[in-house]
Amino acid sequence: MTFILDGLKTGPAQLWNSVRLVPLIRDEPVPHLRLHRKAYEEPVSAVDVGDGTSYIAFVPHAFVATWNDGDQGQAAAYGTRLLQQDTAAQTAAAPPRMPVRFTRRMARKAGKDRLRFLPLHLAVEGYLALHFGGPEIAWEEWSRRAVSRGLSPRSEETYLGLQVRGLEDALRIFEIHPGQCGVLVYVADSLASAFVVPHPDDYRALHATLVEDLFGELIYKYGLLGAPAGDLTMGIDGAGIRSLADLRAAATLYREEWAAFHDRVMAWDLFDEEGVTQRVQRLHGFVLSRFLPSFGLRKENHIGETITGEDGRVAYLKSFRLSDSQVRRGYLLKRLAARAWRLDATAEALGIEEHALALRLEQAGFGNLLRPDVLDRYRAQAERAAST
Amino acid sequence: MSETFADLIACEDALMFVNAAITSTGQREFHHDAGGQRLSLEFLHSYMLENYREVYAAALALDVNDHNAAMIVRNLLVRAGDAGAERRRLEGRLIARRLDLMPQQRVYRLFRDLRRLKVNNRRTRAIVRDWLAGRAAPAFDAVKYRNGVKAAIRHAHIEPGGELRTFLFAPFRVKAYETPIFEQWRRAHYEKAALYELPYTVAEGFAAKHGIAREDFLERIAPRLTRLERLRLQESAREAKAGAVAVAADLTTMPLTRLASYVLSLPLDDRAARRAELTEALRTAARRVAGAARGSWGKVAAVLDDRYSATGSGHKRRRPLAVALAAHYLLEALAKEYTPLWTSGRTDELLVYPFGPTPLGERIIDALETGPERLLIVSDGWDNAPPGLAADVLRIWRTRLDPGHRYAPGQRVLIAHLNPVYDAEDFNVRRLSPAVPTAGIRNAEDLPTLVELARFAEGRVGLAGLRAHLDDRTARFLKERA
Repeated sequence: MTFILDGLKTGPAQLWNSVRLVPLIRDEPVPHLRLHRKAYEEPVSAVDVGDGTSYIAFVPHAFVATWNDGDQGQAAAYGTRLLQQDTAAQTAAAPPRMPVRFTRRMARKAGKDRLRFLPLHLAVEGYLALHFGGPEIAWEEWSRRAVSRGLSPRSEETYLGLQVRGLEDALRIFEIHPGQCGVLVYVADSLASAFVVPHPDDYRALHATLVEDLFGELIYKYGLLGAPAGDLTMGIDGAGIRSLADLRAAATLYREEWAAFHDRVMAWDLFDEEGVTQRVQRLHGFVLSRFLPSFGLRKENHIGETITGEDGRVAYLKSFRLSDSQVRRGYLLKRLAARAWRLDATAEALGIEEHALALRLEQAGFGNLLRPDVLDRYRAQAERAAST
Repeated sequence: MSETFADLIACEDALMFVNAAITSTGQREFHHDAGGQRLSLEFLHSYMLENYREVYAAALALDVNDHNAAMIVRNLLVRAGDAGAERRRLEGRLIARRLDLMPQQRVYRLFRDLRRLKVNNRRTRAIVRDWLAGRAAPAFDAVKYRNGVKAAIRHAHIEPGGELRTFLFAPFRVKAYETPIFEQWRRAHYEKAALYELPYTVAEGFAAKHGIAREDFLERIAPRLTRLERLRLQESAREAKAGAVAVAADLTTMPLTRLASYVLSLPLDDRAARRAELTEALRTAARRVAGAARGSWGKVAAVLDDRYSATGSGHKRRRPLAVALAAHYLLEALAKEYTPLWTSGRTDELLVYPFGPTPLGERIIDALETGPERLLIVSDGWDNAPPGLAADVLRIWRTRLDPGHRYAPGQRVLIAHLNPVYDAEDFNVRRLSPAVPTAGIRNAEDLPTLVELARFAEGRVGLAGLRAHLDDRTARFLKERA
């Protein structure tokens, strides 16, 4: 397991048709870490912790803002970053980013400086490109482009939160708990995304942006099917209750049972024991890391980013549920990476012929990684193998 | 008892309809959009008209809201042929009485609807004619609701006499009117000073035409404002810095729920600064509603909902919260001993604002611990923290803990759930638990009568009882006129 959700209490779920939103509540906000001030339309004085200690700002991935350091116009942060306190001379502290150009209609709709994330496929492409650099050794089978530029640019099919049916309404009518710092989004009771921030104010600022977040194909399809999710709690059995005090105790137990059930059953696959964590940045005790799942076939796989404190508790978390085809691709890439991108060794490890692996790669959408003439040779081999 | 299954269903249907007709206005709610609300309501109306015409017409005598009253009248007139002569006479009296109570603009809109639907039977014409004849100031109406009056008169084939005819159909044919208000209306077309003699809504148009600055206009039109216009304009006038004092409304005369809405529209700082004034106004309004029943309810506890969904919608801004706030002051006046419990746990009722989830179940336990004689729950019924707890609590209380649960209903703690929001998908207000009666509520002023109605929802009083109740209400409603 790569991180723990200690310090976050699971609240009662709120249900709207097929979307179930489970709030995560902190008793106390995580000290010394806040969302970058650019996130707020005007500087918030409350961000100052007061006792003179500095805090660290974070900029979430795909977060769009005007950074004011030379380049005009809005830009999206590329990969989550931790930044030093953004007080006076912080022009150098802007995160790596890519400019965003809007169509006129979009800009008008979003308002000039409204808090938002990049609502584009770009964001997930970014995720995957950040994870896979491509072959390190230029084995002869790989095309020149794959070697020089890795897997990017390539596209991933994702859906905007707006397109997931019911999610927009569910977020609109969701009642934010006092002290709430995170949410788990389930569609048809399958975990779509987890989102945690260090401070309740940050959460309130970002809650609405979940609708511009991106979701995999699977979640989109579940949304389309629209089967209402049922009530998962059993209710209180009246037996043995003789006074109001008993009733109150039963109610407390009822809450705890739900939280335990949720954490142990519903959200369990988020914590992938065999997943890989990659540390990206470390700043004053906070560690920013990206995690990859084990890419086990036919199970839930989440990729995402976390910021953890010194005690290993999660301050920031954002995850993305991969759809099945993405899992298959990740599975192949992981196997390839493990064998240093050697086709023959990987094929042996998978227990299949080399040409079969090449065709599998092509089917998974990685055809352009292989040199065309090599791919042709594998195709011919496959035909020969089929005819004999 | 010879209650048949059909009777039970009839009773349930009738209550469902009454609840819907009290709460729904066909506007957007927090959870559902306007289209869904209207569709759902239209269906319910045609279902009732088809199956229980008597109950449907009798609903006019109940506290259904104006939107639904207009729909009922319209549907009764559209399907006038289905009823016998005797029924039609009773319906005619109910309609006439109800139209007298409705705001005029709604009646004119109803007449326009009838015209659009091409309903022009003899009875409709008679109803329009009688209603117009009963107007106290036809000239004033003709100016303020010019198009409405014109459409109604045309549709009902009425021959207006005197200057009214000229005013409506050929206004500029004459050089001068003898009726003062017609003359002012004519002069207002070119003379700025004359428009301040006209009703506010009409004068507003002329002010725009003459390009009069908003603050000047508000200052000088102030004496012409109606009570509710004054309340509505007070804050916008203050923002425009247009002699706020001139427009200041007399809060003590406002209806309770309206007043609560107004208070909630103020920023928290203003509410704190004007605490004494606002509290006094709310208490006065509540005492007026309570009337003779003041202090007669014994020990009362109330669970009031100020969760985020009490925001309502863009159409009904903070309506559920306003109802809860108004109910709070009303119960305070009605009860001898009163414990309010807001779901958020706040205790300062003047500073409530919608926020957070709904731990309704736990609040109900808190309320029951105070040992009340009556427990009222004002909530939209979306119990979500945790979901379903309120239902369990109420069920267990009713079946196991209530001290009088083995005895007659009269000895038990009276629990009623009042719901200000119509749930379009259920065709009813959302219930908390089958063990507790639920009634729709739109104005907190109706709370006492609704609690009375809620006992039918408990299923202990059958169809015969309900019929008797409706007949009684109808008779009282018609008698009030005399």
